[in-house]
Amino acid sequence: MNLDMYQERIMDHYENPYHRGTLEAPTLECHNHNPLCGDEVCIQAHLDGEGRVSEAYFEGEGCVISLAAASLLMEAVEGKSLAAVKSMTRQDMLDLLGIRLTTMRVKCAMLPLRTLEKAIYLYEAQSSA
Amino acid sequence: MAQRLSPEGSAPEGSAALDVEAVRRDFPILERLINDHPLVYLDSGASSQKPVAVIEAQRQYYLNSHANIHRGVYVLSEEATLAYEQAHEQVGQFINADWDEVIFTKNTTESLNLVAYAWGLNHLQAGDEVVATVMEHHSNIVPWQQMAKRTGATVRYIGITPQGHLDMEQAAALIGPRTKLVSVAHVSNVLGTINPVVEIGRMAHAQGAVFCVDGAQSIPHMSVDMQAIDCDFFAFSGHKMCGPTGIGGLYGKREMLERMEPFLYGGDMINEVSLEGSTWNDLPWKFEAGTPPIAEGIGLGVAVQYLQGLGMQAVHDYEHHLVCEAMAQLSAVPDIDIYGPAAEDRGGVIAFNMEGAHAHDVASILDQYGVAIRAGHHCAMPLMRELNINGACRASFYMYNTVEEIHTLIEALGAVRRMLRR
Repeated sequence: MNLDMYQERIMDHYENPYHRGTLEAPTLECHNHNPLCGDEVCIQAHLDGEGRVSEAYFEGEGCVISLAAASLLMEAVEGKSLAAVKSMTRQDMLDLLGIRLTTMRVKCAMLPLRTLEKAIYLYEAQSSA
Repeated sequence: MAQRLSPEGSAPEGSAALDVEAVRRDFPILERLINDHPLVYLDSGASSQKPVAVIEAQRQYYLNSHANIHRGVYVLSEEATLAYEQAHEQVGQFINADWDEVIFTKNTTESLNLVAYAWGLNHLQAGDEVVATVMEHHSNIVPWQQMAKRTGATVRYIGITPQGHLDMEQAAALIGPRTKLVSVAHVSNVLGTINPVVEIGRMAHAQGAVFCVDGAQSIPHMSVDMQAIDCDFFAFSGHKMCGPTGIGGLYGKREMLERMEPFLYGGDMINEVSLEGSTWNDLPWKFEAGTPPIAEGIGLGVAVQYLQGLGMQAVHDYEHHLVCEAMAQLSAVPDIDIYGPAAEDRGGVIAFNMEGAHAHDVASILDQYGVAIRAGHHCAMPLMRELNINGACRASFYMYNTVEEIHTLIEALGAVRRMLRR
């Protein structure tokens, strides 16, 4: 049976997420939703002096997969440059989760990364304007 | 074909009972194992499974009779033409309408767009109002919003009561002299509510408004009679009623269709073409431009014959029995919230949520037990907002489902609870 989608590690991230909450005056911020299911996520981050992610937080409503993905992502991007975050692929996100997902559920898994990417583009568009 | 009369004869008066085991033999897909469990298909509201008769009709058409219709004078083309026209007759008979008042389209969405473009765009003006309801599927909201944008008309929505019925007092207040069209779902695809379309139609006609019914969730499950409903338009999909995908229908009252301009222009919908202009073909071909889905149309004809063979009263009675059983079992579970009216007033659709569990997680885990349900907003985001939820699980039934499958659903929901709550 393929119930590894809900394995221990994923449920731990869902029940005790890393950096779920909001930041005061974040440098990066984006609110996004998945039009297929209505899941919502908001991602905020601070950058350090060298333009790296010093801390990232998420808040949102969603399924186990999208919220666990958000938690894992917040952990993974800490200390990364914006370029490194932007270069993260779908496979990178799936590797972080480490579970086999059905096609439809991959969209749930990708919502946090897509939202963070969008936050970076918004930030870069603003700073270059 | 299987004998479908139950030996028990426990059916309500005036209808033969449905022999579900015989019906199930007509749907080979139901024998499939999914994740090592027998398939429990509870998503017929999204699309029904197909009986062998429908699959075989399309196969035989392609193997023996395929040619383009309305063109050739040779045997194959005449056979194809006859079969495709006969399908219109079969559907017309099924809904108590003339065959040429039945336009074949791709699906309900295209049928409603046909009304929106071919009628709405030419008849709506600034200040006019279109009345829909908050429980509509997006396909009965978005086309009207677009026509309103183009014409300056406005769309107004009838709300629902806490029990999930249409607020008929509000309907009476909204449908007025400015109303030019009222478009309402016969059965809600989320709440399962069976709406009083005859009454709403009378209210619309009393104001001189056109009345359109989204029948996607009613025609597969109950007898629908165009004369009794007295609607001007009735839109439906073939794939939800045992027919193939890619085929649906729009019934239109003859005088409406005659007065309307075509929706799509091109081949087969013209009478005469010169370089200066064209005249339009007779009904229903005026609205069926280009080579149509011939095999799918023939398949739809066989699908309605299949349903007639079972008897729509028997189908409805049996499904009602399933819904009562499912409502009773789901209501007995303390952490399940059910949306919509009591079993007496609903079709074969039950939307619910498990407290603390996201609908997608519920559906994913049920899938591991072979149980196929739908999760999400069900193309009814305004209704989700009205219910103050992000989404819901939806189990929907057809005459091939069984009471045992409802037990399986309840058991699998127990597994969901154990997995997510730990």
